[in-house]
Amino acid sequence: MDFWTGLLQAMLQTALSPVTAAFVIAAIGLNIHFGFTGLMNIGQAGFMLVGGYGFVISVMNGVGLFPALLISMAASAAFALLLGIPTVKLRGDYLAIVTIGAAEILRMTARLAGLSHITGGPSGIQSTRFREQFNALSPLPEGRTTFLGLDYFNTGVDDWWSRIVAWAFVGLFLLITWLLIRSPWGRVLKGIREDEDAVRSLGKSPFSYKLQALIIGGVMGGFGGIIMSLPATINPDGMSRATTFNLWMILLLGGAATILGPLLGAILFFVVRLVITSVASQYVPASILNAQQAEILAWILIGFMLMLLVIFRPQGILGNKKELAFND
Amino acid sequence: MTSYPYDRAALRASLAGLEQRPGVAKPDPILVADNVVRRFGGMTAVDVDHLEVQRGAITALIGPNGAGKTTFFNLLTGFDRPTPATGRERASWSFEGRSFSRTSATRVARSGMIRTFQLTKALTRMSVLDNMLIGAANQPGENLFVGLVRPLWAKRERENVERAEELLRRFKLDKKRDDMAGGLSGGQKKLLEMARALMSNPSMIMLDEPMAGVNPALTQSLLEHIESLRDEGTTVLFVEHDMHMVRHISDWVVVMAQGKIIAEGLPEDVMGSRAVIDAYLGAHHDQDLGDVINTEMMRTIEAEIEEEAR
Repeated sequence: MDFWTGLLQAMLQTALSPVTAAFVIAAIGLNIHFGFTGLMNIGQAGFMLVGGYGFVISVMNGVGLFPALLISMAASAAFALLLGIPTVKLRGDYLAIVTIGAAEILRMTARLAGLSHITGGPSGIQSTRFREQFNALSPLPEGRTTFLGLDYFNTGVDDWWSRIVAWAFVGLFLLITWLLIRSPWGRVLKGIREDEDAVRSLGKSPFSYKLQALIIGGVMGGFGGIIMSLPATINPDGMSRATTFNLWMILLLGGAATILGPLLGAILFFVVRLVITSVASQYVPASILNAQQAEILAWILIGFMLMLLVIFRPQGILGNKKELAFND
Repeated sequence: MTSYPYDRAALRASLAGLEQRPGVAKPDPILVADNVVRRFGGMTAVDVDHLEVQRGAITALIGPNGAGKTTFFNLLTGFDRPTPATGRERASWSFEGRSFSRTSATRVARSGMIRTFQLTKALTRMSVLDNMLIGAANQPGENLFVGLVRPLWAKRERENVERAEELLRRFKLDKKRDDMAGGLSGGQKKLLEMARALMSNPSMIMLDEPMAGVNPALTQSLLEHIESLRDEGTTVLFVEHDMHMVRHISDWVVVMAQGKIIAEGLPEDVMGSRAVIDAYLGAHHDQDLGDVINTEMMRTIEAEIEEEAR
């Protein structure tokens, strides 16, 4: 019995972790790109890097917390324009190549030893070095709190305060997405996803709408990067190609073009893996499957799940079957 | 609709008085095009010196396959750009007095010239109603920031929904209102595209082969829709292969062949003209090569071909 309560606890802990929230936020951004506008962004981790480092470097250079947030948003927006202006007029594949390339260039640049006095090089920057102002904003009292069996410092490094802020941002971005998508603006985005020329023939400029979508999704990705860096550290390899692919997996799992898909997808993505590894290490003898192999098995099963999903439920868990039925 | 005192008999009479030659000036042109040239490599797809389209009339643009009709259409609507021609005047065209030579398709559409496509472009994974609403030109909520605040656009949205429903009723699509557009039949998609184009009250509508792939029963109702558009004052320019349809509804016919306008005139006159028959059927169409071909005839044809090749 102990194992199962322990597992439930661990599941809750994973589901509520700021890293999960960071993935949700970045996936919401990716959903605006791909799910609603049809933009193939294969470099969402690049936006996370730009937003995350934009924030951290600004704060460490003595800029206040809120100006640093603005700088981070501006940096993400500028990155979106830089990638978008030359490519969104072309076919979708070009944006895909450019985004993945740019994201890798950024990651490599952040890893450069020569820049380590700014970016911290490959090992990155510990969050204790940039969290002072953020912690100072915390309204929580000193000490630790236990809630639902989870025990963290109120304010510190891996704390309740980052969790509250992270999930508040998730709520905020879900709300913004919902407001945008139900608006006529969102309808034009979907129209562009379906047929750009049709939208053009009706007097709307797909170029401008695609750039707007790219900026909004990119800024959300940037916020994902900030949230990701809060609990422990910001480092370039924490936002690599694998991160982008995981975000895609989350999006497809939950259901692209749905509001809550990224939320459900991210929680499932982390929790299912945890359950598989825990159950495997509990019930399968180490001689057959050791802890490391169980971890790999979990990834394999996640991949398998995604394959089954794409074949039998291509719209994702929350997706609308009708919206995919006429996919040509 | 742009208010235009419509009187079909008077319109026909004024057109009948015109000289029937390519590039003839119209009494009240809504669209004027000059020196529109488009080359693909060495091939000149479109080379139109001058064309005027009469306001309030149904003008048909006909011609054999490969005549450059659709390319010309794309150029006029900003979906393609003319090739800069050396040693000639720059391409220029104007719509309702506004010059269009270098504008984008978006701006052309915004100024009131809406086109449809030969292969329908229904927004398949959106509802029929959403397809219609996206056609409206006056929705402030299509701005990002306005869109966030519903009260700023809800009223206009209600008006647009009303107009969309009225148009859907007219095109007999009202029962499909909430269906995904991808589930409509080919003909219904054509109707939807036409209805969607009307959402913004265009002063001119450009139909690229509206009858292609439509069954005969629907053809009749499409024809009626196009005529009623004209009766409400909308100028119509359409590309079509179906001669019956052209003869039936158009007020004026423009014939293209090999990129050039080779004839213009009233439908009943121009369609019997020598140049048009030659363009469609070839100059030897009335000689039956199958049965009575003889060496004499073959030689004549070969000689002619050689001469042309030179």
